[in-house]
Amino acid sequence: MISLQHIHRDFRVGDQIVHALDDVDLDIAAGEYVSVMGPSGSGKSTLLNLIGLLDRASAGRYLLEGEDVTVLDDDRQAWIRNRRIGFVFQAFHLVPRLTAAENVELPLLLAGVPPAERGKRAAAALRAMGLSDRAGHRPDQLSGGQRQRVAIARATVTEPAVLLADEPTGNLDQHAGQGVIEVLEALNARGITLIVVTHDSAIGGRARRRVRMLDGRIVADEAEADRAPA
Amino acid sequence: MRLHSSDVVRFAWGALRGYPTRSVLMLIAMAIGVAAVVMLTALGEGARRYVSNEFASLGTHLLIVIPGRSETGGVSPGTFMGETPRDLTLDDARSLTRSPGVRRVAPMMVGSANVGWRGRERETVVLGGTHDMLAIRHWRMAQGRFLPRTDFDLATPVCVIGATIRREIFGASRALGSWLRIGDRRFRVIGVLASEGRSIGVDVQETVIIPVASAQQLFDRASLFRILVEARSRADMEPARRFIVATLRERHQGEEDVTVITQDAVLATFDRILGALTYAVGGIAAISLAVAGILIMNVMLVAVSQRTAEIGLLKALGATARQILSLILAEALLLSAVGALTGLLLGELGSLAVRHAFPTLPAWPPWWAVSASAGVALLTGLLFSLLPARRAARLDPVLALSRR
Repeated sequence: MISLQHIHRDFRVGDQIVHALDDVDLDIAAGEYVSVMGPSGSGKSTLLNLIGLLDRASAGRYLLEGEDVTVLDDDRQAWIRNRRIGFVFQAFHLVPRLTAAENVELPLLLAGVPPAERGKRAAAALRAMGLSDRAGHRPDQLSGGQRQRVAIARATVTEPAVLLADEPTGNLDQHAGQGVIEVLEALNARGITLIVVTHDSAIGGRARRRVRMLDGRIVADEAEADRAPA
Repeated sequence: MRLHSSDVVRFAWGALRGYPTRSVLMLIAMAIGVAAVVMLTALGEGARRYVSNEFASLGTHLLIVIPGRSETGGVSPGTFMGETPRDLTLDDARSLTRSPGVRRVAPMMVGSANVGWRGRERETVVLGGTHDMLAIRHWRMAQGRFLPRTDFDLATPVCVIGATIRREIFGASRALGSWLRIGDRRFRVIGVLASEGRSIGVDVQETVIIPVASAQQLFDRASLFRILVEARSRADMEPARRFIVATLRERHQGEEDVTVITQDAVLATFDRILGALTYAVGGIAAISLAVAGILIMNVMLVAVSQRTAEIGLLKALGATARQILSLILAEALLLSAVGALTGLLLGELGSLAVRHAFPTLPAWPPWWAVSASAGVALLTGLLFSLLPARRAARLDPVLALSRR
């Protein structure tokens, strides 16, 4: 599903070169539930951005669903982001002037899906998040947990293969965060590949496979196939 | 991936409404620019039409004979002899009546003199004219009659006065039949001009008109100011002009020392001058459109940085650079269009107000100014938002999203 081979990602900061990712190899199979943990600056967000095609590797190969995506042009990468990848951000990133339903429709709008079908699919995605009665609300009329669930509906409305969540509970209280994690896990249980970046070990510990990063390298990668999914 | 154009418009419209302050700001800038173009060209065009109308009121098929050659260039023997152009005389004027293409001839003198009646006195323009002047200049009488039809040489002591003169000198008293003192002579008032219409150059309401022969005596001068000739028809104008030039050359010993200008030529000149003026004023106003364009660029740049996260999000959701570009450009275009429409409306309202305040000025904005200003507004809106839009399209989504 996802195969990173000798991935490097360097940033210039002043006249110094920072190795955000330093020779990372990672293979993730379809349907896996992976958490990426590590202190800030360890490269976990860079890794997620790279997997999500928001960022390009300085060196190395990245195969997504068997296709080498490092060589694709920007438009083709955008197409893959639209169809195959869903993002969930810590800050939700909902467009404040749009209603919940309109926010969920955004990826479909960009894909050129006709309005009628968009409405149907957005309504279904919101229903799956238990937010049917909030479809017409704007983000500022929703609670934090509801906002993140709208964002998840938006990430899943195109039925992507991979769901990438960057600190999805970072802006939420304990209870709401718990709810969001359960929603994500339920989606994973139905087959979507789920990758969660977090510094919260309580959240990260729930994943069946836990990758730990430090200074741009993967320092631990443990799977507990025997542990029951939470 | 292609966006539906209705989606683009709806999204752009939503974005504009999401930031009302900057949207209204840009709208005003655009509207002022467009309104300025529309109103200023309306004023220029109004001035042009005003002058045209004034010239039309001067008379139809009119030829004006002026002493002296107005042409520059070329050295005539007279230049070395220190010869001044020969004067136009009453005999010259009389000789012009002999052409079949000429309907009326009016020799004309102009001077100024003190006029007075029972202690009231003022200085005013005195026109020496003949009976036909009334018809040639399209004047109308309020009271009495115009100068009698007599031979040009007959110096009868009668005068026709303008409405202003009548009011100022005679007040409530009866003017007709009174003896008006002009310079050191006395003239009987036989008519008062109707107080309507102006004529280029001289306000006829402030003039006193006496027979041309009387004016010659009054000013002690034989030379005419000019001779007005009315041709029978438009087609007769050119033959009449040739006839005038030939006749006067013959009378002036082969010297072509008069200038014949046709009303059409004068009108065309004024038309050109004022047309150019309208273009110039419109061009100056167009600068304000360019300024509006710069403002649009500034505000769109702010808009892009204000919405960095949103643009980053759109990219994360799979928007291509081209899609981002079209969304931002659509926003600017939409804003320019609404601004241009508002400006057109304001400009038309302003022109209406001008027409209301100055009914004599036909201040209608010309169609080319209306369409050009709207077009330029859209173009500047598009052009000046290209840079911000491209900046948005090139935004790095990772950086854009990490900013809170």
